[in-house]
Amino acid sequence: MRRFALAGNPNCGKTTLFNSLTGSTAHVGNWPGVTVDKRDGVYKKCAEPVAIIDLPGIYSLSPYTPEEVIARNYILDEKPDCVINIVDATNLERNLYLTTQILEMDVPVVIALNMMDAVEKQGDRIDSKELEKRLGVPVVKISALKEQGLAELMDKAFNESQKQRRGSTVLQDTALAHLIGDVRIALAGQGVGNPLFHAIKLVEGDEIEVEMHKETLPMVEAFKQTFEDEIFGNDFEALVADGRYKYISKHFAPVLQRKSTEKFADTRSDKADRVLTNRWAGIPIFLLILFAIFHLTFSENFLFISTFANWANSPLPTLEELGFDPDNYGVRWLATIYDGTIYSPGVIVNNIWNDMLVGELFGWIGGLIEGSGMAAWAVGLLNNGILEGLGAVLSFLPPILVLFMFFSILEDSGYMARIAFILDRMFRRFGLSGRSFLPMIMGFGCSVPAMINTRTLADEKERTATVRVIPFFSCGAKLPILTAVAGAIILSFGSGKGNADLITYSMYLLGIVVAIVSVLLMRATTLKGETPPFIMELPAYHMPQFKNLMAHLWDKTKHFVKKAFTIILASTIVIWFLTHFSFSWGYLEDEQINDSILAGLCKLLQPLFTPLGFGSQLGEYGWVFVVAAVAGLIAKENVISTFATLGACLIAAGVLPGFNADSIYADDTGIQAVVAMISATGITVPGLISFIAFNMTTIPCFAAVGTARSELGNKKRFRWTLLFWLAASYTVGTIVYTVGSWWWTSFIWAAVIACVSCLIVFYNKGKIKLSFGKKSA
Amino acid sequence: MQKTLDQFAIGEHGIVRSVSGEGKIKRRLFDMGITPGAEILLRKRAPLGDPLEITVRSYELSLRITEAQCVLLSVAQEGEEVAK
Repeated sequence: MRRFALAGNPNCGKTTLFNSLTGSTAHVGNWPGVTVDKRDGVYKKCAEPVAIIDLPGIYSLSPYTPEEVIARNYILDEKPDCVINIVDATNLERNLYLTTQILEMDVPVVIALNMMDAVEKQGDRIDSKELEKRLGVPVVKISALKEQGLAELMDKAFNESQKQRRGSTVLQDTALAHLIGDVRIALAGQGVGNPLFHAIKLVEGDEIEVEMHKETLPMVEAFKQTFEDEIFGNDFEALVADGRYKYISKHFAPVLQRKSTEKFADTRSDKADRVLTNRWAGIPIFLLILFAIFHLTFSENFLFISTFANWANSPLPTLEELGFDPDNYGVRWLATIYDGTIYSPGVIVNNIWNDMLVGELFGWIGGLIEGSGMAAWAVGLLNNGILEGLGAVLSFLPPILVLFMFFSILEDSGYMARIAFILDRMFRRFGLSGRSFLPMIMGFGCSVPAMINTRTLADEKERTATVRVIPFFSCGAKLPILTAVAGAIILSFGSGKGNADLITYSMYLLGIVVAIVSVLLMRATTLKGETPPFIMELPAYHMPQFKNLMAHLWDKTKHFVKKAFTIILASTIVIWFLTHFSFSWGYLEDEQINDSILAGLCKLLQPLFTPLGFGSQLGEYGWVFVVAAVAGLIAKENVISTFATLGACLIAAGVLPGFNADSIYADDTGIQAVVAMISATGITVPGLISFIAFNMTTIPCFAAVGTARSELGNKKRFRWTLLFWLAASYTVGTIVYTVGSWWWTSFIWAAVIACVSCLIVFYNKGKIKLSFGKKSA
Repeated sequence: MQKTLDQFAIGEHGIVRSVSGEGKIKRRLFDMGITPGAEILLRKRAPLGDPLEITVRSYELSLRITEAQCVLLSVAQEGEEVAK
C-alpha cells in the first residue's frame, strides 16, 4: 500500500485533516522509543487505498526536539511515497519555512493550503497558481474543517507519488550556495540518499549530521575558516535560517495580497486577548473558567440555585414532597436531573450512567446470578467480587469524560496556550514552565491523560518532575475517599452537621502544597537544571470542532473500558480470593475474614503504619486500613469499596453490634462504611486525616503507574519515582498524624524542614561538602 | 536607535538587527521567524510581567524576558521608514 505522510506546523489543521481523511480507520499509538503520538489510518477514496501517517506537528527539521527528529527520520528512512505538507494560509511565512526544508528532500511533495476560508473572510487573496509555480510542487486549496478540496488533494498526491522528485533548495542565491553544492556532490559520490538535505544540514552544523558524515565535515570547516559575513560572522546555522526567511519574504510572501495595509493589524484573536490575557482581568477570568469547569462537572447545586432558594426561605421541594413516587421508573429518570436541588450537567450524565444504565444492568445481572442456584461462594465471587468491582470503576467514566471534554475544548480553542502565558511567571519560581500547568490541572480529573499530556513539555527534567507530582493533584477517583472519610469524621466526632466540605477542600490544598514542595525539592537536588526556554506560539482562537472532540473522547473511553475489564477486573478477583481464602487454602465465609490471607499479610504490614496513626495502635481489626490502602494501589476506587466489603464481613463476624450490612451497601457515599471502620478500630481524627493524606500522595493506581512507566521511558527513573511516591506519602502521613495528635511536634517538624532546606541551599552553593552527598552521587 | 526586545515599550515596534544567545535558544528563535530583517511589535506583557507577547511575521508569539534579551532591534521611528 502506498504511504502518504502529513507534515506541518502545530495548529495548522493537521489533526482535522487527518481525521477527515481516515475517519474510523485511525489508530493512535506511540513512535518507537519515544512517547510522541503516532497516528495512522487508511484513505479509501483514491484509485487504491492509501495509508496516511500523521507526523508530529513541527516548526522546523532541526534536531532539537524529539518531534522534529521523528518527522525527519520518517521521511528520510521510511521513504513515504508522498509528503502532504499542510500550510496554514493565515500564517504563510512561518509555515513555508518548514516547507523549504521538506522540499530539500528527494520525495514527492504536495502542498495543502489550509484555512483559505479564513483568509478570504479577512478580504485577503492568495494566488495559489503563482505559489505553485514558484515552489515547483502542486498546491491545492483545501478546508480541512469543511472537508473541501480533499479529493483533489489526494488525487494530486496520488499522481505525484508515481513520479520521482529531486530535492530543491531556496538557498541557491546565498553566499553558501557553492559550499552546499560541493558538499552535495561529495555526499552523492559516497552514495548517500537525499544528498541535498544532508548537505544543507551538515553546513548548518546539525548535531546528527556532524556525527553521521564525519569525513565530509572538513570541507565545511575549511570553508568556515575563510568565510566572514558582516552580520552573522561564520554562524552558518543563522545564515541558513536567515536565507530561508529572506527568500520566503521576497518570493513567496507576495502571492498573498492583503486587504489591510496596516502592518500590525488587530486580528479577532488580538481583540479577544485584550480581555482574556489582560493585565488585570486575565488571572480572575482564568480562575473563573477553571471554577466553572469544576462546577459544571461536579456540583450538585447547579448555579447555587438551591442555596439562593434557601436564602429566600423557600427551599426547593424534593420530588417526594411534590407527590411523586420515588420508585416509579419515570420519576427516577426525573431524579437524575432534579431532586430538591438542580444537578449540574456533569452530575446529570453521571446519574444517568450510574443509576439508570450501569446500575440497572448490573442489578439485573446480579439478580440472575443470585437466582441461578450456583454455590454460595461462586455467587459471592461474581456479585461481590467482579460485578461490584467493575461497577465501581465504570462509575468513574462520566466525570472523567466530562472533565476531559472541557480540557479538550480549552486546548482546541487556543486558550490553553494563554493559560501557559498567564501562569508562566508563577511556575518559573518552581523551575517549571507555564506549560506544565495543564497536565497538573488535568490531574484533578485523572492522572492517566494528565501524564500523557506532559508530552507537550520539551524539557526532560521538567517532564519527570511534572509526572511525579501529578498524582498529588487529587483525581476523580480519590474524591470519594475524601468525601466518605470527611463525612464519617463529621458524623462520628462532630455534631453530625458541619464542614465535611472544608476537610475535603483542605485535603485538595494539602495535595497542591505537597506538589509544590516536591517540585522545589527535586529541582534543587536530583533534577537540577536550567529553566527550560519558553518560546511558544499563541495560536489564533477558533471554535473547537465537534468531530475532533468526539474522536478524543472515544479514544479515552476505549482506553478506560479496556482498563476496567483487564487490570481492575483481575485485581478485584485477586482481592476477593485473598479475603475469602485462608493460608491453608480453605474457603472462608464472609464472617471469617480475620483468618484470610489478606488479613494475615496486612497484619504483618500494620506496624509500619503506626507513625501514621493507622497501624498497631488500632488493635485487632486495625489492618482494615492497611488493606484499603493496599487495595488502593490497584485502583483508588477500591479504598471505599474495600471498607464496604470489610464492614459487611465484620458485621457478620459480630464485631459491630448495632450496624446493618444492608445499610452500608445501600449508602453509595461510603460514609456508613467508614463510620463502621471507625467504631471497629477506634481510630482518631488525626489518624483518619493521615489516612486520606497517605492515599492521596502515595503510589497512584495501576493504570497511572503503568502510564508513568511508559511516559518516563527509563526504568531507573521509574523506580525512583515509585520510591519517591512512597517516601512522600509516608512523610506527609506522619507529619499530619503527629502534628494533629500533639500540636507541639510542629516545632520539631519546622526545625527538621529548616535544617534540610539550609543543607540543600548550602550544598548547592558549594559551601559545605556532605559525606552523604558523595554517597548518593 | 538600537535596543533589545525586553526594553521595548508596549506598542513599540522595530526591525531585528541581530540574535544572540545559546545555540538551542537562538535556533528556536530563528525557526520561529525572528531573523534579521523581521519586524516585531511588542504587544503586551503577561499579567505577572513576564513573559512577553509579540507579533512577528503576522502571528503571535510569546517568549520570556531572558529570551527577549537575545534579540537586538532598531526602533521604528514615528512616521519614518526604517532604512533596511
